[in-house]
Amino acid sequence: MNEPTSFYSQSSQSEEIAARFPDLHPPFDKTAAVAEANRCLYCFDAPCTTACPTHIDVPRFIKKIAHENLEGSAKTILDSNILGESCSRACPVNVLCEGACVLHRYNKQPIAIGRLQRFAMDWLHESGAPLPFTAGADTGKSVALVGGGPASLACAAELRRRGIRAVIYDARPLPGGLNTYGIAEYKLTLGASLREIDLLSQLGVEFHFNTTVDAAMLDQLEGECDAIFLGLGLGAIHRLGIAGEEMQGITNALDFIAGYKSGAITQVSGRFAIVGAGNTAIDAANAAMRLGAGEVTMVYRRGPEQMSAFDFEYEHAKQEGVRFLWHVQPVALKGNGKLEALELEHLETTTDGSLVPIANSRFEFPVDRIVLAIGQATHTELLSGNETKPAKLKLERGRIVIDRGTGQTSNPKYFAGGDCTNGGREVVDAVADGKRAGIAMAAWILSQQTNSPATRDGGQNA
Amino acid sequence: MPNPTLETIFAGIKCPNPFWLASAPPTNCGEQIMRAFDAGWGGAVWKTIGEPITNVSSRYSSIDYNGTKMMGLNNIELISDRPIEVNLREIEEVKRRYPKNVVIASLMVESKREVWHDIVKRAEGAGADGLELNFGCPHGMSERGMGSAVGQVPEYCQRITEWVKEAARTPVIVKLTPNISDIRMPARAAKRAGADALSAINTINSITGIDLDTFEPRPNVDGKSSHGGYCGPAVKPIALNMVQQVMGDPEAALPMSAIGGIGTWADAAEFILLGAGTVQVCTAAMHYGYRIVEDMADGLLAWMRRKNFATLDDFRGRSLPNVTDWKHLNLNYKIVAHIHEDKCIGCELCYTACWDGAHQCIHLDRALPHPDTTRTPQGIAAEAPQRITTTPIPKLDLDGAGADGPYLTPLSRIPRVDEHECVGCNLCSLVCPVPGCITMEQVDNGLAPQSWDERVAAGIVPKGVEHSLPNPNA
Repeated sequence: MNEPTSFYSQSSQSEEIAARFPDLHPPFDKTAAVAEANRCLYCFDAPCTTACPTHIDVPRFIKKIAHENLEGSAKTILDSNILGESCSRACPVNVLCEGACVLHRYNKQPIAIGRLQRFAMDWLHESGAPLPFTAGADTGKSVALVGGGPASLACAAELRRRGIRAVIYDARPLPGGLNTYGIAEYKLTLGASLREIDLLSQLGVEFHFNTTVDAAMLDQLEGECDAIFLGLGLGAIHRLGIAGEEMQGITNALDFIAGYKSGAITQVSGRFAIVGAGNTAIDAANAAMRLGAGEVTMVYRRGPEQMSAFDFEYEHAKQEGVRFLWHVQPVALKGNGKLEALELEHLETTTDGSLVPIANSRFEFPVDRIVLAIGQATHTELLSGNETKPAKLKLERGRIVIDRGTGQTSNPKYFAGGDCTNGGREVVDAVADGKRAGIAMAAWILSQQTNSPATRDGGQNA
Repeated sequence: MPNPTLETIFAGIKCPNPFWLASAPPTNCGEQIMRAFDAGWGGAVWKTIGEPITNVSSRYSSIDYNGTKMMGLNNIELISDRPIEVNLREIEEVKRRYPKNVVIASLMVESKREVWHDIVKRAEGAGADGLELNFGCPHGMSERGMGSAVGQVPEYCQRITEWVKEAARTPVIVKLTPNISDIRMPARAAKRAGADALSAINTINSITGIDLDTFEPRPNVDGKSSHGGYCGPAVKPIALNMVQQVMGDPEAALPMSAIGGIGTWADAAEFILLGAGTVQVCTAAMHYGYRIVEDMADGLLAWMRRKNFATLDDFRGRSLPNVTDWKHLNLNYKIVAHIHEDKCIGCELCYTACWDGAHQCIHLDRALPHPDTTRTPQGIAAEAPQRITTTPIPKLDLDGAGADGPYLTPLSRIPRVDEHECVGCNLCSLVCPVPGCITMEQVDNGLAPQSWDERVAAGIVPKGVEHSLPNPNA
């Protein structure tokens, strides 16, 4: 077998970006980690473990840090969550494990679970220790995974551990999807995402990059493989749908974030308007501030109490110096080829909760750049079929419908997980989906062996 | 009620307070002891004086617990390595400058009558307020027939104490070793010999640990170690027991200077409640310095005010009658655990402790339609990974999400005690991290108090179990 590919060694980080985006939560050193680990009560049936979508055995990995069994600690984490490193940095722990910590009701100081998890994972990477588990004995079975984001990566790991070949197809030049290209650099660097994916290479996961799977290729893969996992993620960010959107100076949050993370953008200037108030909008706003924007304003049609970003993200944006314009919506773009201003109008909420414009409330807001962060479309067109061809599987509002416990779609040979099924949640939710699907897929594929060949091509429950 | 006082008289020695530094590194020289007196220590037992020895390096080793340093400390240091005349000259200087503070000379010399007579006279000549005979040191000196080699043999103990009493004009305190099966035996011997007081306990034989890289024990002296004397917070329960054993024995009881894991005012209060006249401190002072005495005094006085005690004598020995033989305990006394739901944080440590370490009478079934005592920890642990959880999206998932019950902690996570099955062992309340969350409540079972002894006397115990030891002649 060839040496596994190291994506990490292929990546290089811009020093300027590193300087502008230092760790938001700097790592623990060993003394701090052991002291924090010793605070853990070691709850039975711990709420933190339940709150984690991947059910990492949190007290167990923390006790192992306290007892200086770091190898065992890292293995405990990876056993439940192959992307334990990125989750330790990117997870909104306040609403997950740390939010569930019983110490909130004890001395109001929850255990710093995220930072402890990062400590164990960093130790594993820095120690040079191999991945603490190996691929299963080859079963001769294979799965194609469409999309190389967290859901597919987690699924592929479960398949490899069960001796099933896992081949990932991704449209981008590097693996990881939004984990690599979409998470604020002060939480998770591009390099750290790739370093973690190197573990999957060690497990024998295969990758095909710059490969967009279309309907024809999907048919081909369906013929070649024993099952298919769809980790498609979401599509493009919605557009405003008003005149002038093609003007220079208008971009979307995902392109903007991927641009600076990959080093294509190292600084910006001028006045920024971020349209939207979700977590991605905040990532984009904070990035603009750190990249040198003169002024960054988030523009949202409702008030702060309705914004979909987590409270701690809103607080963070305020600390970064981001400004906010509430209860307004863009109605026109002003400029002559180059953006000069955003025309906004004030909105009010009616008694039934809908938003209506306030008459004569339009005003011009001078800006040089607009970043759109108003949600992503789905891109499941390759599955939806057409006049001549039935849909591959059941969709609902563009999302793939799955069984929550197994990730199986209405087409038994197809499994799916992550944003393309849930409409866009956290990395850890995608990992949990992928993990459940990987385990269920392996069981399904191996059970097909014992059944008659007729049921193998997806006739069952179709 | 006037302000309470810590002044006390111990075996005739007037003490500004009951806090003495034990004979150990903190009392190695006059300069140290004068600083200690400035900090507030009432007395000091000088680092044991005898023919100067040669020490090894290293000398100390400790064990930490869950991040807390020095739960237990061990040492293989011997008695003073300074010439006798230097120590005596400094005693003289300290007493001249601090006449109200107590200086006790700890002594250890070879087991010869005239040698003991000589050192006693010289120590008293230097101005020592009393003498402490070191019959306890468990390492090094014991191999040379001194220290615990004396303390472990009541006859030796008695003989040397008699020699000392022949020459001594100041009170004689015999320091006892805990490295013996019944500490009352050397204590009785000392009392028979006319000792004025006792001090206990000296350190306990120990090996604190092994280095897992070098396989060498600690403290490491060129790759080897030797059993050392163990002390510090970890030994306090052993010391309390031994102090009680001596003070509860009329043939052994004498004024007691208690030693062993004392570091706070509360520790001191407990030893005094078991009859101690003064307390001696070493490890806590080695860990944090002489300054700890400030709160020992301040805290003890505050507690005395709360309890309406004017002097130490008002509570000295007050708990002694409450320690008795097991056979006198009331077998009909019944308590059960009570979980205060409003305080429970849902860690479920009581649950796992009761199932695996006690009597399987705490259950996680409050949120179920009916009590279910058949669910095991293993079953619950196996259910956990089957739950599907997702990251909540604010304003969408969190709305209306709340605890399943009237308490801050979800009802499903608050354990329930099956009071009918609870044996009242205390374990759950011991592991519970929240003060006052699990209390042990008395249950009125309508039975009159009855002890094992009384049952034996009434003839209502199975035959043969009243008192049974193997017959060596059988």
